Amino acid sequence: MAYKFDFSTILPYWDMLLHGIVLTTELTVIGAVFGVALGTLGAWARSAKTPVISPIVGIYVELIRNTPFLVQLFFIFFGLPALGVRMGEFEAAVLAMVVNLGAYSTEIIRAGIQSIPRGQIEAAASLAMNRVQIFRYVVILPALKKIWPALSSQIVIVMLGSSVCSQIAAEELTFAANYIQSRNFRAFEVYFVVAGLYLVMSIVLRWLLKKIGNRMFERRRHV
Amino acid sequence: MHKKIKSAIVAMAMAVVLPGAATAADGALKSIADAGVLKVAVPQDFPPFGSVGADMTAQGYDVDMAALIANDLGVAVEIVPVASTNRIPYLTTGKVDLVISSLGKNAEREAVIDFSDAYAPFFNGVFGPADIEVSDAAGLSGKTVGVTRGSIEDLELTKIAPADADIKRYEDNNGTISAFLSGQVDLVATGNVVAAAIIERNPPKKPEPKFLIKNSPCYVGLNKEEPAFQAKVNEIIAVAKTDGRLEAISQKWLGISLPADL
Repeated sequence: MAYKFDFSTILPYWDMLLHGIVLTTELTVIGAVFGVALGTLGAWARSAKTPVISPIVGIYVELIRNTPFLVQLFFIFFGLPALGVRMGEFEAAVLAMVVNLGAYSTEIIRAGIQSIPRGQIEAAASLAMNRVQIFRYVVILPALKKIWPALSSQIVIVMLGSSVCSQIAAEELTFAANYIQSRNFRAFEVYFVVAGLYLVMSIVLRWLLKKIGNRMFERRRHV
Repeated sequence: MHKKIKSAIVAMAMAVVLPGAATAADGALKSIADAGVLKVAVPQDFPPFGSVGADMTAQGYDVDMAALIANDLGVAVEIVPVASTNRIPYLTTGKVDLVISSLGKNAEREAVIDFSDAYAPFFNGVFGPADIEVSDAAGLSGKTVGVTRGSIEDLELTKIAPADADIKRYEDNNGTISAFLSGQVDLVATGNVVAAAIIERNPPKKPEPKFLIKNSPCYVGLNKEEPAFQAKVNEIIAVAKTDGRLEAISQKWLGISLPADL
């Protein structure tokens, strides 16, 4: 290999990389919180089998899961202004991520809900718990516990997928990499460093999600 | 016998895998003549310099220029359409022999590759609708300007724009054009030909020239340390300028005569 690595050419751009990490983190956190919330609502609506809402949620899930994320992003950023709905690149990126994760987590969480045995829900009903109590304590918490690893993976995928948002000039980590690469032409070094940063961020995110899971699903004793 | 076949296979594999190595040893001119083909990176999304035509083949000023140079070198031409962000890596990694991709000259690029003489007129500036009054870089204060990342407009605008001008950098020219047409940016910094292409589509907001950023004619990009190849390309360009072939290409794609100072 004759290629000579020169990482010093990246150093002057450290603040751009840092800014990129911050923005990617912001996108991920906001996207994950609202995406999972949307997914919980969607899963509830789909498994409740309400006449109008369930099919609508079904269409939403199929529409999002069967189209590329980049196309969804362009639809929101370049398409919607034609209808008079104009938003900045950060808002468009967050919206795309929430909508995307919402659809995938709807299916993941629905799988968890369906795994709750019917008898468990009937037992709760026989204890005079109302529908909200049953959903909260008997359905969604055990369901989330079962599918938490799958949901964590999906959140990591969404974080990595946020790299696509560089295409609408959202200045996240991949944008920073492309920007630096277009200035110093050191593509190998830049993407080497950025791949490493993504790897570290993914590992940290997985670790955090595991901690959150442990905290959320630890056995609570009500005396 | 087996040994011979084996070594022949190894040599063939080397020739396929290591075209860069052969180039470095023998000089680009010889390796191109040996291969009988000139590989040229042209823009894939930058009409009228390079785009995909109705018959799915590449067409444009740069494509014609590539054919002209290959013709004068006496070899076939292989057109390699590339995005503007990776046209220089294509050259430096030996995937192509020349970059004819509306390439402007600047110090950063000159550190990495060499340039021929200019072969096409090109200037860029800031364009926007009539109701936005901007006449110089300072006037960009508080406005959003779309630009293609890594382009010469991007590099120049980054230097001259005031700190509170919001520069949005898009992946390619299509992104920049879409951002302008959908109103995501007030103004665009781009080339005269791109602005002309937008006007041709009759948009609600016509991009009128606001001020000139740089007059930057296009050069052919080639790898460093190839003086013989560079001289040959320059010679071909000089001949094409005088015998009317370059004038014909300019008229065909830009609708203008070659400027006298090119």
